[in-house]
Amino acid sequence: MATQPVLLEEARVKAKESLFAVPGIHCAGCLSKIENGLPLTPGILSARVNMSAKRVAISHDPALTPPDLKAAIVALGFDAEPLADPGQDVAAAEGRALVRALAVAGFAAMNIMLLSVSIWSGAEGATRTMFHWLSALIALPTVAYAGQPFFRSAWAALRQGRTNMDVPISIGVLLTTAMSLFETISGGEHAWFDGAVMLLFFLLAGRCLDSMMRGRARAGVAALLKQTAPGALVLDEHGRSQWLAASGLRPGMRMLVAAGERLAADGRVVEGESGIDLAFLTGESAPVRVGAGDAVQAGAMNIEGPITVEVTAAGADTVIADIARLMEEAGQGKSRYVQIADRAARYYAPCVHLLAALSFAGWMIAGTGAHQALLIAVAVLLITCPCALGLAVPAAQIVACGALMRRGVLVKDGSALERLAEVSEALFDKTGTLTLGRPVPQGIDRLGNEDQAILLALARASRHPLSSALRMELESRQVVPAALNHIREVPGEGLFAEHEGLSVALARPRSIVSLFGLASEYRRGDHSTLLRFSDALRPDAAETLVALRAMGLRTLIASGDRTEALEEIARTTGTTAIGHLRPADKLALIGRLHARGDKVLMVGDGLNDGPALAAGHASMAPASASDASQLTADAVFLGDRLAPVAVTLRAARRTISVVKQNFVLAIGYNVLAVPLAVAGQVTPLVAAIAMSTSSLIVIANALRLRRAAL
Amino acid sequence: MTGLGMLIPIALFLGLLGLAAFFWALRDGQFDDSEGAAVRILIDEE
Repeated sequence: MATQPVLLEEARVKAKESLFAVPGIHCAGCLSKIENGLPLTPGILSARVNMSAKRVAISHDPALTPPDLKAAIVALGFDAEPLADPGQDVAAAEGRALVRALAVAGFAAMNIMLLSVSIWSGAEGATRTMFHWLSALIALPTVAYAGQPFFRSAWAALRQGRTNMDVPISIGVLLTTAMSLFETISGGEHAWFDGAVMLLFFLLAGRCLDSMMRGRARAGVAALLKQTAPGALVLDEHGRSQWLAASGLRPGMRMLVAAGERLAADGRVVEGESGIDLAFLTGESAPVRVGAGDAVQAGAMNIEGPITVEVTAAGADTVIADIARLMEEAGQGKSRYVQIADRAARYYAPCVHLLAALSFAGWMIAGTGAHQALLIAVAVLLITCPCALGLAVPAAQIVACGALMRRGVLVKDGSALERLAEVSEALFDKTGTLTLGRPVPQGIDRLGNEDQAILLALARASRHPLSSALRMELESRQVVPAALNHIREVPGEGLFAEHEGLSVALARPRSIVSLFGLASEYRRGDHSTLLRFSDALRPDAAETLVALRAMGLRTLIASGDRTEALEEIARTTGTTAIGHLRPADKLALIGRLHARGDKVLMVGDGLNDGPALAAGHASMAPASASDASQLTADAVFLGDRLAPVAVTLRAARRTISVVKQNFVLAIGYNVLAVPLAVAGQVTPLVAAIAMSTSSLIVIANALRLRRAAL
Repeated sequence: MTGLGMLIPIALFLGLLGLAAFFWALRDGQFDDSEGAAVRILIDEE
């Protein structure tokens, strides 16, 4: 017992924390399997699963390298990819600050309302003054704390000589609070602390909804992050190997890349032969064969055998980093997009301020005195504060995004939904977007049941993409694998085994039968069967394109592929296809369409589509796309079907129409309430009732979008 | 009146207590993984 605390102390000092993305976690069983199973591996102290983010945080001995940890998770039956150091998650911290502000505003609003109700029911004299002072005591710190998100954004806009929604909000809240404080000090009849704080509460609720929606979509995409490796095993001059983080890699170093690992830097193969999966760069599903002297790129997955690679470029100089820069530049136009609420505020804010100023001037001329005139002006500002703009827009957007999420579409944020609703032309990539982007075996039906069982047993033993494709196809047909003996994998050749004394194999075809397309050969005894693979069109690609055209959109296919490879797809979908396009060409094509006045929706998956995704007015990517594409795209859709593209566009259009209805409702409410305010008839009670009813009405209208994605 | 003088501070204190508890829960990461928390209850501890 005496030594135990010392041991624990030591462990705590040495423990290191690593994060892994494990997309396969989906139930309590997976969770307990990982959390209880990982600590059984020597060196792993504890594991904690975050199921919403599909991540595992492992606390472990620093001697364990990411590949070791990955192997430990894979041994439990889950796919895992190391996540680079997450650093400070700025967006999540921002969201948490908003929730805190909302909690404070909610607390204050309830307490002030309690005091206000007693004032409205007839408290007078000293009691009223005391209640006003108590309200001020709660309201002043609350406005100072919970109002910050609005004040900061309004100040930033004003400094750049622009105005946004937060400018009228800030002016309204600050003026109302100041005026109420003055009334309290001078022992006046009305104080509007309840109105000011309630307004903050409603608007913060809108902001929180908006940030939650973005956070959920981000977590969904981050769980699929898998592109760049966090580091590599580097050989020093004495032939010893040592794990180095990607940032520590320098040109000239030699790294050992095992099968199943991703490259952490660009380089040239110096030893070994293998196939590498370049799908993230080219979108092609077939592995590329490399040998000594061939160039390989960071992010590529080594599939077959171990290779030694001499680093030629690392970090910011790699091809993948270059494309990331191109995407960043192309995406700048999107960040200049002004959201519909801010566009409305541009007209709304000056009108409201003018109206308040006019009522002040009017009552001054009528001779009521500055005090009374100012009170009326403040009431006008409070009544016209853009609740509908601040709450109804995010409410409509989050309801629509929630509906889309249930249909397997992750929309990044509200602005994305607005841009999706505006597109007039849809541009599709071919491989991986219109097609599934993975090989699907053809003619499996011709094989007998026994052969299918043997094939599944063989295919299960390898992670080669063709084997994985076979395994997926056969498992979906409920085939039960046969028992095999002596299974061995020969890199670059295939899988060999014995079944009931007969040798069986799944191997590279001995004869070059087809020049185009992928094939594998199945042998059993003397018999051999050629298995062809092709990249199949998504099951509903043709209907979806027809549906899009019916919605009034033009469609176009832009691919990097050979023109001949596009002919069939163009015929099936009835769409014009352009081939031989490099990433920069796609960018230029979008530029030309933009110049013509079209708003382009880019749908693509590969990293080669990245710049085009960033440049399009809106963009979508399938969940099988490369990381960079998923991060750039405005929406990511899951599954094998293309229909979500049409569903999303339809839902986006409905959302915008509901947002516009909400604007009309808000304006209608103002038309009724503003004359009362200008006439000086709005007491704090009327303001409180008017504000909450108008908020409830616009939220109720937004809730109609729950079925927008059906 | 004296009753109010007692009750209002008590009501405010209780409200602040609730607010503080929420802040603590937020800082403690109790809202970080709502899905995981929901399924954790199904796991049998031995």
